[in-house]
Order: sequence, then structure tokens, then C-alpha cells
Amino acid sequence: MINLIDLEKKINSELTTKIKKTEIKHNQIYVEIDKEDLMEVTLFIKTNKDTKFRQLIDITVVDYPEENQRFKVVYLFLSHEFNKRMVLSYFINENEMISSLTSIFPAANWMEREVFDMYGVNFKDHPDLRRILTDYGFEGHPLRKDFPLTGHTEVRYSEDKKKVISEPVKLEQNYRNFDYESPWEGTKYIQEQAKNNDKKN
Amino acid sequence: MTKKIKNLNLNFGPQHPAAHGVLRLILELDGEVVEKADPHIGLLHRGTEKLIENKTYMQAVPYFDRLDYVAPMNQEHAFALAIEKILNIDVPIRAQFIRVMFCEIGRILSHILNVTTQALDVGALTPSLWGFEERETLMTFYERASGSRLHANYFRAGGVHQDLPAGLENDIAKFCEGFPKIINDLENLLTDNRIFKQRNVDIGIVTKGDALDYSFSGVMIRGSGVPWDLRKSQPYDCYEQLEFKIPVGKNGDCYDRYLCRIEEMKESISIIKQCLTKMEKGPIKSFDGKISPPSKKEIKQSMEALIHHFKLFTEGYRVPKDEIYTAVEAPKGEFGVYLISDGSSKPYKCKIRAPGFSHLQSMDYLIKGHMLADVPAVLGSLDIVFGEVDR
Repeated sequence: MINLIDLEKKINSELTTKIKKTEIKHNQIYVEIDKEDLMEVTLFIKTNKDTKFRQLIDITVVDYPEENQRFKVVYLFLSHEFNKRMVLSYFINENEMISSLTSIFPAANWMEREVFDMYGVNFKDHPDLRRILTDYGFEGHPLRKDFPLTGHTEVRYSEDKKKVISEPVKLEQNYRNFDYESPWEGTKYIQEQAKNNDKKN
Repeated sequence: MTKKIKNLNLNFGPQHPAAHGVLRLILELDGEVVEKADPHIGLLHRGTEKLIENKTYMQAVPYFDRLDYVAPMNQEHAFALAIEKILNIDVPIRAQFIRVMFCEIGRILSHILNVTTQALDVGALTPSLWGFEERETLMTFYERASGSRLHANYFRAGGVHQDLPAGLENDIAKFCEGFPKIINDLENLLTDNRIFKQRNVDIGIVTKGDALDYSFSGVMIRGSGVPWDLRKSQPYDCYEQLEFKIPVGKNGDCYDRYLCRIEEMKESISIIKQCLTKMEKGPIKSFDGKISPPSKKEIKQSMEALIHHFKLFTEGYRVPKDEIYTAVEAPKGEFGVYLISDGSSKPYKCKIRAPGFSHLQSMDYLIKGHMLADVPAVLGSLDIVFGEVDR
């Protein structure tokens, strides 16, 4: 059984330039790589006898709309043999295509479909890239931070047309997002006001 | 003269009693043999992850009950553990035992439902009638502890919401005495039953390698002979102090998975018994006033407690910037929460890893070459609940 520090060394020495950053916390290893190296790194950690990350637990994306590289793509791996978990990640721009892991892990199929559905990230060489969780004919990517919580359309049964139709959302009362953060520790609006005051002075 | 025969496309669900919820399965049939299965999911998609991003940590807990709604507390457990790890707080030992005990009750709840409905799918009605009576008893335990039969909202970061009411421990102990007999009755009906075996043995076989490649977990991977259980391999809360065995299958077919579930129920009973004997009186939530709300009595007497109460229920507690993946062994497999906090009182991102999602994905691989009548049997043994698959 190897420990996390050895594992970190091993990964760094074998993959050298492909690894941008490694970190150990919460008893897991966090690895940052470049988008281009995904396939090689994954294949290595899956097949190497000292790592054996044989299971892909999940794929997800984190959206940082303000950042230059908007999406952080995250892969979670598990090694049964060594009882270790790895979090692999890299950053991409909004319209970048990334490679699909389906050839290495068949389980990636639906996970990538979900990422595509929720965030609009495109995968090349994916065998069947369709929406998965949202409705047939849905537009937009709901888990992006700029997608409103209430959505854009709502559906109802229309008695006239005798079918289910979708219309723009109409709310009796707008969704209210209260800012509870205490002012003495600086809410966003207080901070902004303070900044503006500073500028004026 | 040659005749061209086209394969038949068949819609299984979304309103099919054996689809275990809202699954639309498009089957391509050659005669009675399934050539291809394409599950369409998402009919129960509620955007749980998006909603959680817009709620404080405490307000997010009830969403976890609504994922796998037959074993709600197991999901809450994963979320509570994730927050606790980031905040780096200790959970009082009594709270750990209470949580583990209710997680095992959840496991029994889920396995009874699965075993009996699978029997129902292949033609046996009686087990579900017997099993559901026991589920009802277990759900009253849920109700007495949390106030609600299904959507418990009971676990908190740092412990549980309330201590157990008087007498509940005795009643759970009494249940543990009587329940093994019920399992025996179910086994008498099913384990050696000719029809049940004909429908399940050698159906939906998963090899070890494929179980890993398809990200199987829980009973699905143990049924194929991989001894892997997060309660043993990556113990959380007080599982280290408890003794229990992990049943492992041999052939990886539907029948082995059924046997695993039956054995797991027996183990769960033993875990609950151990919890009850080891549990001592004591605090049930973290003492940190910045995380666990004060008692009603304190609020009436102490200004500080009143402020804490107000802050906790408006702003909520803040969680420092961090990134973590935590998983628990839910009845259906590895249930994980990938949480990113940004220092505010709301999660920046909360990805839920549901075991059923990867299990259902393999439907095409499992069912290819089987008969149409095997579809419900395989689907039943996957143990799918759409609350968690669709999220």
C-alpha cells in the first residue's frame, strides 16, 4: 500500500511536464493538468501498477463566469487497490472542445452527456452527445451561473391546442435573493458603495 | 422471394409499473430478443444542484432527502460529512451513533423495497405485502426522531437536529429482535423458489472488470465479487468501532445481488444493535455556537444565543473556501458530494454523485441479448430510484 505522498511523487516524476500542480488535502490528491494531456494522464493513472485508478467516479464542471478561462473541468477517480481518491482538473475557455474519456472509461458516456447538457461543454469523439437530464427541445445550459434559477420557459397544457406548450416564465412575484451577509463584515453592496465613495474623494 | 424483417422499437415506460419510476426505455427488439436499450432519463429532473447553490448550507439539507427517497438520511449524511470536513469540526459520539443507526435503518428500508419489488416484477406478490409492513414500522422510527416519515431533514453539520425521544431506543431494539424472522420468511418465499431462481439466476451478469469500467458501486460491484464497501475501506463516523461483515457475490447475476441485499439487511440489524448498546447519553450536536443553533431555553435567557439563532437562520454559517469530495456507502452504492465553498454561507457548487446514474447507464450493456421479459428483472436488481438518477 502506498501513501499519498509517494503517490504524489510518483505522478510528478512519471508525468513531469504534464502536471501543473499537485496538492494533498482531505486525504485526497488534487492534480491540475493541461487540457491537451487529459488522455495520456488518464491512461497512465488507470493502467500504471502503482496508481491503478480503475474507476471513474464522476465528471463535472465548475463555472467561474468572471474568469478568463471560464470552466474548470473536474474528474474524480478512485483506486480500489490502493484505496485512494484523485481529483483531476483543468481550465478551459467557453467554446473549447475537450476530448472524451469514453474510449478509456465507458462510464464517461452519460457523465459527459450530463456535462454537455448542464454546462454546454462540447466533447470530441463522443459517440452519442445528446442532452440527458433536461426536456426534449430544451434550450440553454441550466447549471451555468448566468442561467436564472427560475429558468426561461414554463410548460402548461393548453386546452385550445390540446397539447403541452411552453411559454416564457411569468411570476406573480419576482424571485427575491436577500443579501443576509452582515454589513459589518462587508456585504457586496456596502463594499461597492465604499469603493465608489473612495473614488469620489 | 426474400422478406425483409425490421426490428421492432418498443417504448418501455415512462408509465410502466416495472420501470420503478419515470424511466423511458426505448428497446430495439429482434423478435423477443433485446438488441439495444436506450434509457431516456430526466423526467424527474428538478435541478437540485442549482437550487442548492441558491440556499444556505442548512437549507440545502432537505434537498438530499428528495434524491433517493427510500433512504433519505444516507444522503444527508454525505452532505453533513462534507461540510464537517471543510469546517474541521468534531461530531459528538452519541450523534455519530444516532446517525449510523439511522443510516442502517435507511439501508434496511431501501433493501426491503428493492428485494420485494423485484420479486413483484418477476411475479411474486406476497413478499411486498410482508415487507411493506416492516417498512412502515421503520418509517415510524424516522417520524419519531425527525418528525417526518420520509423527508427527514434530521442530520446537521456537527450532529443531528434533536436527541431521540424517550422510548425510541427500546422500540428499535424490540424491532431488531423481531425483524430477522421476517427476513427468514422472505427468504423462505424467494431464495429457493423455482420461479424466482429461473427468472434471476444467470440474468444480467456483470464481470469484475466491467463492474469497474462502468463505475459500479455498492451491491452492484459486490455482487460481482469485488469486496468493496466504503464503510470498511474509508470508514466515516463511528463505523470503525462497529463489527460487521461485507457479503460478496460470486457470479454477478441478479440472483447474487438479491442474496447480497438479504445478507446486508442481517448485517444492518447487527450494526443497529451494536449502536444501541454502545450509545450513551450525551450531546448530539457540535458545541460551536457559530454552527449549531442554540436551544429554545438558551434563546430566552442569553443575548448571545439569541444573536446566534438570528444569524444562523438568516445568514447561515459561513464555510471557508475549499474543495472536497466526500462519499458514503448508501444502500444503492457510492453516494458522493463534490462541494466547492467560496467562504460565503452558500455552496458555490455542489455536484451530487448518484450511484443509480452509472448503474442505469449500463442498461444497454446488461440487457443486450436477453429476452424482453428479463428487462424488469435486470432493472429491478439495479435498484434504481429516479429521485437520485435525475436529481
